[in-house]
Amino acid sequence: MAQTGIATTQQYNYDIIRKFAVMALVWGLLGMAAGIYIASELAWPFLNFDIPEITFGRLRPVHTTLVIFGFGGSALFATSYYIVQRTCQTRLYSDWMATFTFWGWQLAVGLGALSYMFGYTQSREYAEFEWPIDLLIAVTWVVYFLLYALTLKRRSQPHIYVANWFYMAFILATAILHIFNNLAVPVGLFSLKSYSLFSGVQDAMTQWWYGHNAVGFFLTAAFLGMMYYFVPKQAGRPVYSYRLSIIHFWALSFLYMWVGAHHLHWTALPDWTSTLAATFSIMLLLPSWGGMINGIMTLSGAWEKLRTDPIMLFLITALSFYGMATFEGPLMSLKSVNALSHYTDWTIGHVHSGALGWVAMITFGSFYHMVPRLYDTRLYSTRLVYAHFWLATIGILLYITAMWVAGIFQGLMLRSFDDYGNLAYTFVETVSFLHEPYVVRALGGVFFISGVLIMAWNMYMTVRQSRIESAEIEARIAAKMANA
Amino acid sequence: MPDWMLWFSRFENTKILALLLFFFTFCGILIYVYTGKKRATRLESYKYIPLQDDEPELDADNGEEKHHERRES
Repeated sequence: MAQTGIATTQQYNYDIIRKFAVMALVWGLLGMAAGIYIASELAWPFLNFDIPEITFGRLRPVHTTLVIFGFGGSALFATSYYIVQRTCQTRLYSDWMATFTFWGWQLAVGLGALSYMFGYTQSREYAEFEWPIDLLIAVTWVVYFLLYALTLKRRSQPHIYVANWFYMAFILATAILHIFNNLAVPVGLFSLKSYSLFSGVQDAMTQWWYGHNAVGFFLTAAFLGMMYYFVPKQAGRPVYSYRLSIIHFWALSFLYMWVGAHHLHWTALPDWTSTLAATFSIMLLLPSWGGMINGIMTLSGAWEKLRTDPIMLFLITALSFYGMATFEGPLMSLKSVNALSHYTDWTIGHVHSGALGWVAMITFGSFYHMVPRLYDTRLYSTRLVYAHFWLATIGILLYITAMWVAGIFQGLMLRSFDDYGNLAYTFVETVSFLHEPYVVRALGGVFFISGVLIMAWNMYMTVRQSRIESAEIEARIAAKMANA
Repeated sequence: MPDWMLWFSRFENTKILALLLFFFTFCGILIYVYTGKKRATRLESYKYIPLQDDEPELDADNGEEKHHERRES
């Protein structure tokens, strides 16, 4: 096994993929720990301890930034560099550009998290970075785009495999979204404070055009790229329909850009914009489910793999959660449903069925496939993968069911009236009701992070095993040489 | 600004124009992807790309190279 690996490790730049993969797990653990802490703060507010740096308001963007950009972003860098090299059968165009993207991205994520704890934020959801960090991200991203495009240009394979289309759409769209949403005028060269170029409803519209497309292109399109490579690889059979994957790609790209305004139903936004966003959200169900079916049907004729292969379980369960979240999203974008669901915990539950069920599960499955190959060894323990899978699944189910109960009841309580037209419940009664679902949610988070800890241990032992194997081979070669 | 360009500045025109542009482009992609037997075979052949990057695996029974099952559609 080690001999075949020497060729691929020389042919491809695996070092940068290893670095991003390790950091994805590090940020993932930190971000999820922050998530559990803030979930616990909502259940037991004394945990704020009157320390400003760890209050919910400051730790919440730390959580979202570390899991979306730290964990998700690093996982995307790692898998995109792996996939582009293997499907184009060429090495990354430039090693220094790859290293630059690594340090640029890690620095941005680390500085962002620290700055939020100290109270520096742009107050734009999922784009809280202050302007100097925004500039660092923009430069890093342009280098990433150039590196990816130049690698595709030097490919040995005549066709660009569809997974790379999804990654390219993600890189391009994220660049446009990041730059336009962060157009701002700094107060001074040495001040972190800046003012947005937009104001009022245009500002909100720009923010949610960014916000939902961050979901669409960062957390969906790019992870679909991951799916289109790792599901066929792990299944050992090609994707169900390549033509469906082409339609999936174009339909998703056409439709996602229009739906951001569904975050602003019943606000000052013009009614036609709101209706347009809801209409496109409903249409989005078709490509989303087309892609999900394409992924799941890849296993057609080999369903027994679900009984024997825990990595396949991760990948197919991720697709199932993708299907569920992309059904729930259009449902919640309907104005009448949104009137109940918006500003409640149902939204939080929906986000996490996508983030934990789809994004994290597809990443775990992909890493379990990719990491042993990066180190030219076998996975340390398959039993631990099963343990991880069940902990993660139970954690997600606890989380989302708790949030459904919390959100739907919260929505119903907030709009209940008595016979005289007065509000039936005070606000504090809804807060009191939420306590138990919040405890269950925090428990779900503990299950989920326990699984990630097991994964980190399994990965560490896999790398250790690879080093021991390499040392043994070197020792044997040295002994043979000495005898000769 | 010429008068004909002012037509584009009116939302009631550009909304429909954008809708038609996107709709017909998408229809064009659908027709391109799902027509022509040769094209269909060519497009479907690309799905094997991820499976072509593997080192050949040796069959444990007879030591010969194992090949992945190819399903032609």
